[in-house]
Amino acid sequence: MNWTWFHKLASPPHFYRLAGRMTPWFGWPAFLLIVVGLYGGLVLAPPDYQQGDAFRIVYVHAPSAWMSMFIYATLAVSAAIGLIWRIKLAHAVAAAAAPIGAWFTCAALATGSIWGKPMWGTWWVWDARLTSELILLFLYLGFIALRASIDDRERADRACAVLAIVGVINLPIIHYSVDWWNTLHQGSTITKLGKPSMTFDMLWPLLTMILGFTLYFGAVLLTRLRGEVIRRERDASWLREELAR
Amino acid sequence: MNLAQFLAMGGYAVYVWPSFGLTLILLIHNVRAARRYHASAREQAMRRIDSSRKQP
Amino acid sequence: MQTSLTQAMALIYRGDLVLAFRRWEQIAQPVVFFTMVTTLVPLALSPELSELREIAGGVLWIAALLAALLGLEFMYRADHADGTLEQMLLSGQPLAWLVLAKTAAHWTASGLPLVLISPLLAISLGVPSDALCVLMTSLALGTGILSALGAIGAALTLGLRRGSVLLSLLVLPLAMPALIFGARGVDMAIHGEVARGPLLLLGAMFVLSLTLSPLAVSAALRISQE
Repeated sequence: MNWTWFHKLASPPHFYRLAGRMTPWFGWPAFLLIVVGLYGGLVLAPPDYQQGDAFRIVYVHAPSAWMSMFIYATLAVSAAIGLIWRIKLAHAVAAAAAPIGAWFTCAALATGSIWGKPMWGTWWVWDARLTSELILLFLYLGFIALRASIDDRERADRACAVLAIVGVINLPIIHYSVDWWNTLHQGSTITKLGKPSMTFDMLWPLLTMILGFTLYFGAVLLTRLRGEVIRRERDASWLREELAR
Repeated sequence: MNLAQFLAMGGYAVYVWPSFGLTLILLIHNVRAARRYHASAREQAMRRIDSSRKQP
Repeated sequence: MQTSLTQAMALIYRGDLVLAFRRWEQIAQPVVFFTMVTTLVPLALSPELSELREIAGGVLWIAALLAALLGLEFMYRADHADGTLEQMLLSGQPLAWLVLAKTAAHWTASGLPLVLISPLLAISLGVPSDALCVLMTSLALGTGILSALGAIGAALTLGLRRGSVLLSLLVLPLAMPALIFGARGVDMAIHGEVARGPLLLLGAMFVLSLTLSPLAVSAALRISQE
């Protein structure tokens, strides 16, 4: 198996240029999908039987929640790759992904909270999903804080990698515990901030938004990554040529 | 369905529009923050290259 | 003369305990903190034992958790400062086992005192005496889990300024599942139910953290020492 392509990819100058070329291929489709998804969700989809038009919040809440978890998994996997195989680019991916994931978690919490008001009458409920999202936010913040506290970049990368691995192992445990805790004290009212049972009309915009958000993440990640690569490659000679272009 | 009905969102407008608005703001913010991050990295790198060139 | 692994572990365990008991304040502080926080609750809420009993499980668990957090940052600090840590890393003994010994010593000096004083505090919150056994068991497991998980945080934040705040931020989310089941178990016991389910889950978490955390801690120690 010829691994040259892989080594090329992990080489910073190559990656820097490749990332620059790939970004629009993620960015524009993302924009399109999000626009289409918004139209489908806000205009085309029929209102929900129980929740009326309020259910449309799902079109921003669910994709944000999905992204918050997907990005954390990405972060943990790249950090692990960086730690085990000592690939600097992998650490850069984790570092670049963290703030994006944290913001998506905030979006999921905010939209989930806002959605809760018309549904349950309060601005916050200790719903299993929301509580899990909140704990996920803490995990993100811990990761970002640890990285910020360590001056030596290599030590920061590796320490954060250990933290990310520990976090991702704990995530299912946290999820299960919070779920169990929630059902324990649940009254007769539904607490699941779940998607209402959806017809295809309602479902396709949701999938479109999720795909759009994922591609969006790709585009933003690549941009941030280019910044990371420059910062990490400070004195490399390729940088001079590249920036002179 | 006319524009007024659409904006009213069946009475839930005060929940729906801020949710979408907030998410949109965050999406835009992340793009701009990423671009700024990249741009400032380039700037710093250029400055360092220039200053090292000036040294004999 | 080669030191066997068990000898090395025993040395570390005993050594740490001797050092810990030389400084009474370091053992006493978490205990006093535990007591004080437990005292805050009736002051803030109500002196009625019937009301306190309802929240006693959660209160005792939260107070114990926070008290145990206090002692975490010291776990590797002294060794890091005086070079013992470097010796441990260079000793050729499998680091994860040495870490296990250190974690055990930490629990003995920090978690165990909390467990021992908990019945007194529980009674002050109106907990019936037949719930005390469950309380102590759950706290023993819980503080054990916290020593294991906290060691990871302590190793990662070694030598950092303001490391203690960061340490809490890192460790608390990991401790939340234990809190959920531990507090629930105590609650069930207070109300006369059999608390086997939560206790077993707590036990499972304890075993998991005990086996996996030394690996994470050794990785973190090597990273922090470089």
